[in-house]
Amino acid sequence: MSMFLEIGRIEDIPRQAARLVKTDMGCIAIFRTFDDKIFALDDKCPHKGGPISNGIQHGDMVTCPLHNWVFDLNTGQAQGADSGVIRTYPVEVREGVILIARSSLDQAVAAE
Amino acid sequence: MAQKLVVIGAGMASGRVLEHLFEDAPGMYDVTLFNGEARGNYNRIMLSPVLSGEKTYEEIVTHDDPWYATHNVVCRFGEQITGIDRDRKVVISASGETPYDKLLIATGSAPFIIPVQGKELPGVITYRDLDDTNAMIAASAKPGAKAVVIGGGLLGLEAAAGMKARGMEVTVIHLMGHLMERQLDPAAGYLLEKDLERRGIKVHCKGSTAAILGDGKVEAVLLEDNTTYPADLVVMAVGIRPETRLATDAHLEIGRGIVVNDQMVTSDPDILAVGECVEHKGQLFGLVAPLYDQAKVVAKTLQAEPSAFQPVQTATKLKVTGVDLYSAGDFAEGEGREEIVYRDASAGIYKRLVIKDDKIIGAVMYGDTVDGPWFFQKIKSGEDISEGRETLIFGPNFAGGAASDPFSAVAALPDDAEICGCNGISKGMIVKAIQNGAKSLADVQAVTKASTSCGTCLGLTTQLTALTLGDDFVLPGVAGMCKCTDHTHDDVRRLIRAKSLKSIPAIMQELEWKTSGGCHSCRPALNYYLVCEWPGEYIDHAQSRFINERVHANIQKDGTYSVVPRMWGGLTSPTELRAIADVADKFNIPTVKVTGGQRIDLLGVKKDDLPAVWADLNDAGMVSGHAYAKGLRTVKTCVGTDWCRFGTQDSTGLGVRIEKAMWGAWTPHKVKMAVSGCPRNCAEATCKDVGVICVDSGFEIGVGGAAGMDLKKIETIAKVETEDEALDIIIAFVQLYREGAQYLHRPYKWIAKVGLDHVIAKVVDDKENRAALVERFNYSQTFYQVDPWAERVRGLDAHEFAPLMDLTQVAAE
Repeated sequence: MSMFLEIGRIEDIPRQAARLVKTDMGCIAIFRTFDDKIFALDDKCPHKGGPISNGIQHGDMVTCPLHNWVFDLNTGQAQGADSGVIRTYPVEVREGVILIARSSLDQAVAAE
Repeated sequence: MAQKLVVIGAGMASGRVLEHLFEDAPGMYDVTLFNGEARGNYNRIMLSPVLSGEKTYEEIVTHDDPWYATHNVVCRFGEQITGIDRDRKVVISASGETPYDKLLIATGSAPFIIPVQGKELPGVITYRDLDDTNAMIAASAKPGAKAVVIGGGLLGLEAAAGMKARGMEVTVIHLMGHLMERQLDPAAGYLLEKDLERRGIKVHCKGSTAAILGDGKVEAVLLEDNTTYPADLVVMAVGIRPETRLATDAHLEIGRGIVVNDQMVTSDPDILAVGECVEHKGQLFGLVAPLYDQAKVVAKTLQAEPSAFQPVQTATKLKVTGVDLYSAGDFAEGEGREEIVYRDASAGIYKRLVIKDDKIIGAVMYGDTVDGPWFFQKIKSGEDISEGRETLIFGPNFAGGAASDPFSAVAALPDDAEICGCNGISKGMIVKAIQNGAKSLADVQAVTKASTSCGTCLGLTTQLTALTLGDDFVLPGVAGMCKCTDHTHDDVRRLIRAKSLKSIPAIMQELEWKTSGGCHSCRPALNYYLVCEWPGEYIDHAQSRFINERVHANIQKDGTYSVVPRMWGGLTSPTELRAIADVADKFNIPTVKVTGGQRIDLLGVKKDDLPAVWADLNDAGMVSGHAYAKGLRTVKTCVGTDWCRFGTQDSTGLGVRIEKAMWGAWTPHKVKMAVSGCPRNCAEATCKDVGVICVDSGFEIGVGGAAGMDLKKIETIAKVETEDEALDIIIAFVQLYREGAQYLHRPYKWIAKVGLDHVIAKVVDDKENRAALVERFNYSQTFYQVDPWAERVRGLDAHEFAPLMDLTQVAAE
């Protein structure tokens, strides 16, 4: 079995949008930035649990739709005066296919 | 070798002394700074914005740890001085003795506590420091919490407004006949009282506190007239007295405060005092401006340089957002005094000048205070005003007749006119700072400190800087749309038109955005401006819209959505109601609620289910109600002549007509309308963005109402005879608003900016312009009046609603 799981193609996600990968442990938000970088983070703001996949993206940042906390997609770290961190997952894009590491998914399961 | 300076009290006055001292004579003193409060110096007069939530504590810190470290100040914060031994020249604290060569007492003032029963109960506080402020913020966390402020002076009212802004129910009890009697005359006090009551603050004048009631904690305040106000928190703000205990114990000369001479030296030549604790020639000081003057003198005296403190007149402004109030000089009535009064009751403007021997000796202004510094200047200079006295009250612009130029008032000021009262900065000093190389507002603030204390003169300082710098002036970042640009909303709109900018990247490129992709604040605004400016040409950028407008439903706290189908003018039918009931059953929708806009809200819909829910509602003939949009929400109606025995016109019919004409239009903020069939106003039209009141002879159209954060009654712009004309005026009004208002400004805010006269001129009086506005609106509607739900039922933006991949089955195996 490959170490990576295909979860979709890059063009399945519009630029500056995000879509979800649903798991039994919750949703992972897959973000595509304006310059076609792909990031994967838990779809859950550490503040009040807002679905960050629904936020507005700007640069490598996303703003949570509930109370405007801003997170760096690279690190999951809250910006400015807010503090909190969202778990990130390693993802890769090969020939337009988005891949997520199986191990990190297993960890997501194991961690619970 | 450096001498030892010990400072007792880290407040604004002593902080300013240290700044001057380190600037003029670095290394001359080794400073030890004691403070009873366990923190350093912060801008105490900015506690009110902290209370109201407009600023944070961090933003008002004036000296932080690195500043003290840089200047080798030994900080002993949280340590009380218990005594001064003048013979041995040491101060005594818990950890021992500290020797001094010079001692500066800056113990400030203590709030006056009225000696009534219950004054020690938990929940009774004063308003002096950050701990008090935090206590008020903490109390406001409880829903429906009630606060009583005893004392309707400057401090008490700022506390009241701040707690109200935090959502508390606030009552102000004031002993005198009108508020702020030391700064305001009765007429201005009355306007202030009305203003505060409009904001929901209850004011009880001539109220004398008899007792504070409560068992174990404060529960209520009882007045002499037997009125009782329930309270979870009582704030005493009845006055202050100089904190002189240490000086008294050390046998320094004390009057009401610590007595100092013109050099700020006490009866002991090695002990100086500064701030609210001092008495100078029988006078006490509470405002910050004279304290800063004292600080300058203290710094000079410490360097053994000649200097003398001379108290100057001070002007007062109230730091409550949205209340414009200014007073200066002596405005009591008296023998030989005359007055000039200007009143505009509907606009809430009151100005009064007190004149004696052809000189202005006092000024009180309410509602419109721009000319305050100009009058204050004349008070200080003692200028003869007999020439031009007829038009004096209209301020410096009257002669030129060019009041529309915001700079003319500033340009008219003489060089010694005061700009920043807190820091004693005149126009000439700012001009000089710029001549000496200051190149921006930030530079001017850094050099002169103008507008950095209470902040109420920020506008003036900015204007003066702009005027002096001329073309070199760049508006500071704070005035820009957001941190991504220095351009204001208005400038951006103008430039979009002038340069034919037709996409967000084009705007960001041409207007030199400072960030690569904007932010969550500017992108939705830009998207709206483009939608409005280039209908049919601009391709809406979904990713620059807030989630609600992307998925055409309202996100809720748990990430589910609410769905509100349109009910034209509040009308529905058994078929629609059945369809709604069926949808609620089919999708297990947990909550069904009737909204304030006369329609039905389905709450708790899962995002994945939205298209299917809409499909069923579409099948029953219903479309999106845009309850999530910065656009036309509802047109609320009463039953009018159809059923009501008082109805004068078909209000329901007109409401439906308006809604059918205008649904789908995007606007700067949400727009709510209503049509009432008679002046009994059952549709509550008088607090809507647009409200129509039907009368026998036709339709009264009002605009600019509000019933949200602010409460405001509509203002009538026209009375017309036919439905057709009413509809045209409403459409033209909305189009003018769409084209002119800043994103996220409701119509009332926009009207406050451009003036109702502008609106009436463009929409009502100029019929040609009205027709052009209607035409532009209708053209735009040909592109935007489409049911977004039906489009998505057909598959548009499917990516918004379906997951990329569902691993829940996989993981379960």
